[in-house]
Amino acid sequence: MRETVLEIAHLQISFTQYSRGMRRVELPVIRDLDVEVKEGEMVAVVGSSGSGKSLLAHGVLGILPYNASMKGNILYRGEPLSAERVQRLRGREIVLVPQSLSYLDPLRKVGWQIRRGRKEERVRKKLRELFRRYHLEEAVEEQYPFELSGGMSRRILVSTAMMEEPRLVIADEPTPGLDLKLAKRVMEHFRELADQGAGVLVITHDLELALETADKVVIFYAGTTVEEALCSDFTAEESLRHPYTKALWRALPQHGFQALEGNQPYVKDLPPGCPFFPRCPLRSEACREEVPYRRVRGGRVRCCAFFESPNKEI
Amino acid sequence: MRIMKSWGFYAGKQLLRMLLLMGAVSMVTFFLMKASPVDPLQANVGQAALGTMSQEQVEKLRAYWGTDLPPVQQYVSWAKDFVQGEMGTSLLYRRPVESVIGEKLENSLFLLFFAWVFSGILGITLGVLAGMYRGSILDKGIKGYCILIAATPAFWLALLLLLFFGVWLKVLPIGFSVPIGMEAADVTFFDRMRHAILPILTLSFTGVSNITLHTREKMIDIMESDYMLFARARGETTWEMFWNHGFRNVLLPALTLQFASISEIFGGSVLVEQVFSYPGMGQAAVAAGLGSDLPLLMAVTMISALFVFGGNLTADLLYHIVDPRIRRSKAAL
Amino acid sequence: MRTGFFGNRRRRMIFCLCIMILFLLGICVWGLCLEEAAKVTDFSRKNLSPCPAYLFGTDWMGRDMLVRTVRGLSLSIFIGILSAVISAGIALFFGTISAVMGHWVDGLVNGIIDLVMGIPHILLLLLISVALGKGVFGVVTGVALTHWPSLARLIRAEVIQLKESPYIQIAGKLGKGKGYVIRKHMIPHLLPQFIVGLVLIFPHAILHEASITFLGFGLSSEQPAVGIILSESMRYLVTGEWWLAVFPGLFLVLVVVLFYVSGENLRRLLSPGTVHE
Repeated sequence: MRETVLEIAHLQISFTQYSRGMRRVELPVIRDLDVEVKEGEMVAVVGSSGSGKSLLAHGVLGILPYNASMKGNILYRGEPLSAERVQRLRGREIVLVPQSLSYLDPLRKVGWQIRRGRKEERVRKKLRELFRRYHLEEAVEEQYPFELSGGMSRRILVSTAMMEEPRLVIADEPTPGLDLKLAKRVMEHFRELADQGAGVLVITHDLELALETADKVVIFYAGTTVEEALCSDFTAEESLRHPYTKALWRALPQHGFQALEGNQPYVKDLPPGCPFFPRCPLRSEACREEVPYRRVRGGRVRCCAFFESPNKEI
Repeated sequence: MRIMKSWGFYAGKQLLRMLLLMGAVSMVTFFLMKASPVDPLQANVGQAALGTMSQEQVEKLRAYWGTDLPPVQQYVSWAKDFVQGEMGTSLLYRRPVESVIGEKLENSLFLLFFAWVFSGILGITLGVLAGMYRGSILDKGIKGYCILIAATPAFWLALLLLLFFGVWLKVLPIGFSVPIGMEAADVTFFDRMRHAILPILTLSFTGVSNITLHTREKMIDIMESDYMLFARARGETTWEMFWNHGFRNVLLPALTLQFASISEIFGGSVLVEQVFSYPGMGQAAVAAGLGSDLPLLMAVTMISALFVFGGNLTADLLYHIVDPRIRRSKAAL
Repeated sequence: MRTGFFGNRRRRMIFCLCIMILFLLGICVWGLCLEEAAKVTDFSRKNLSPCPAYLFGTDWMGRDMLVRTVRGLSLSIFIGILSAVISAGIALFFGTISAVMGHWVDGLVNGIIDLVMGIPHILLLLLISVALGKGVFGVVTGVALTHWPSLARLIRAEVIQLKESPYIQIAGKLGKGKGYVIRKHMIPHLLPQFIVGLVLIFPHAILHEASITFLGFGLSSEQPAVGIILSESMRYLVTGEWWLAVFPGLFLVLVVVLFYVSGENLRRLLSPGTVHE
């Protein structure tokens, strides 16, 4: 049995904001999120752009901004990940692969940043190995971030994680702005990390790409995880569970490119209960209540249709 | 080679601009002084003395000071001399301006240098602290101090310090750059420092406001930057984050600002020198202004403008030399 | 989270702003009424240290320092407002023509700005004051001519940004007249910035007026300007009449701080940028 590296349950992250400088409002960007990552497993959290997915990464690492607050349970290797514990572990066992070059200090050379300033021969050797593996020239070490090209920068950012011995890798939107070939290559780097035994959590908006490399996909909709499915479940629409996932499936190019009508609701004006309610073809009055996240057929789903008749195929 | 060439070209262009501006400064100063209703002859020789002189003598004096020519001609002849290093004769001191300025400049530089360095160190430190601990009591205190000090006239603070240390505690002298009546050779560094300490303190305290507030803004931007977030995600402590990234990124803009703020410190020194009777450039400027001593005032203005433009130029070049984003992209041109 | 009337930050700020404006206005009006009282000399009460009857003490001619200070401050405020308004006008003019006309006009304005910034403020003020024969006229002109560059730069940048912004370009393409665009789009956007800039010139103007007067280039010594009061007090410091310097200066600082804080509050009220803090 493989060990569960990360287990997140009922995660909620909200912002405090002043609207027009008058009223103070709580803005729950992540409302109810559940994710599990095992050793050697690559899990992709898929949600549309700008839906606050990045906060998941920041929340796990304990680096949320000062006006954000977090509730829920996060277990790392079976034990609660307290603020003190994560402070000890981040950058060592738990590493973040950021989304863009702006996460590197513009005034420090790339090599220095990957090594984090460590100068021992052991570290230097490891860096050279990594560069060979990612087909980076040694001269890149002496370059500044602004001098890197798009493809090069991803490999550099992945290298920052590989310099340590991570048990959990969290990648935040690792592929935006890359062409398909490059994006696939980047995802493969993460696959390798998982194959070496680390748990990998990739946060992305690209379902297609995630399906090609990941083991499991978690669908994130309007602040909530609505379904957790094996990538193999996506071979047929019937093996999927949530109506939203099915809609996503139908929107894939190979299945007819049918986009779902309507938009994701903005967190501010979300109805209570199921967030998908206004767009759901199967909605019923029960959906207005809190919907539990339940295990169904080797995956998990948050949908009342299952709650009423678990055996009914929808 | 190419790097040298491109930023050498840039520096040359900036230098030329600076020379043009210097020329404009000299013209503005000259014609402002010429527009003055105060007759320099009257102001310096005195109404009574002028009255007892014959018309001939007065004409002679005017010719001696060159005040009988039309202003444009006077300016041209002044400019010719100035370019050759001749600044004319001070009406007030009856000596060549160069020698007057030389002595005053030395006194002022001593003062300005220390004040500039202290206010820079203090300002950057306070700004960094306030920015790093934004919203804390420390931040509020530093911000409050900046507003208070920005609202305090330098000469009043000088008066207070003089009152406190000079009059009540009697630990520091009340004025002048060296003890009165002492031979120049006997003046030690300690003596000079003792006399300069209050002016330096005043200038350092009043000079920090601007740099502190700007450094604070910059530091807040840096603290909220992605790279600081990533540094934290990689397990760096607050101190490591500051030392590895924050300090480097804030230092360049802060230093630039400090170089560009020479004008303010110089302005402050005019007032502070007046209060402490410190015989520097500022006091010379005031005396020259009150006495309509055109050659001296011209020289003071030109030198102060030289410092200001020089400071701006240094700030500008500093960016080009230090910041890799500009340095290396120039090289690639 | 505090509630009630003052729990609301915006309301609290407006309230503070009103108090400050009332205080400054009060000093102005009080100062206006004291024109004669500030000149009264009475040698029977000279050199009194602060006491209940004369809160700020009296000077060597037996003049009430409180009266003189208030009178001086009101003078300073008037001069400050006058010169700040002129200065802001200059800034508006130069900033706008620089942005709208571009080309050599822009270059020229930038040159003038560099020139004005190149001479330390105090020195330029001193020169202008000397050129105009000192006095109120010289000070006001001097302060007005030296304080506009930073606001002019701000306005220039704003106007350029506005000019390029899509909605104004579209308005132009839709055939809206220049006057309409300026009235409906430019002015509402620029006005708050301009007002804030104007208010933030006040404190500098007041400080520079006091400084230049202190040096002997400003108001004449018959007027009880704060600069004059402080410059006269220097002669009596050594003999221990500290109150001549301390109280007038303290009040000057207070007035300048109030102007500064009002300006900052106004900025925050008028700019929508501060959503959370």
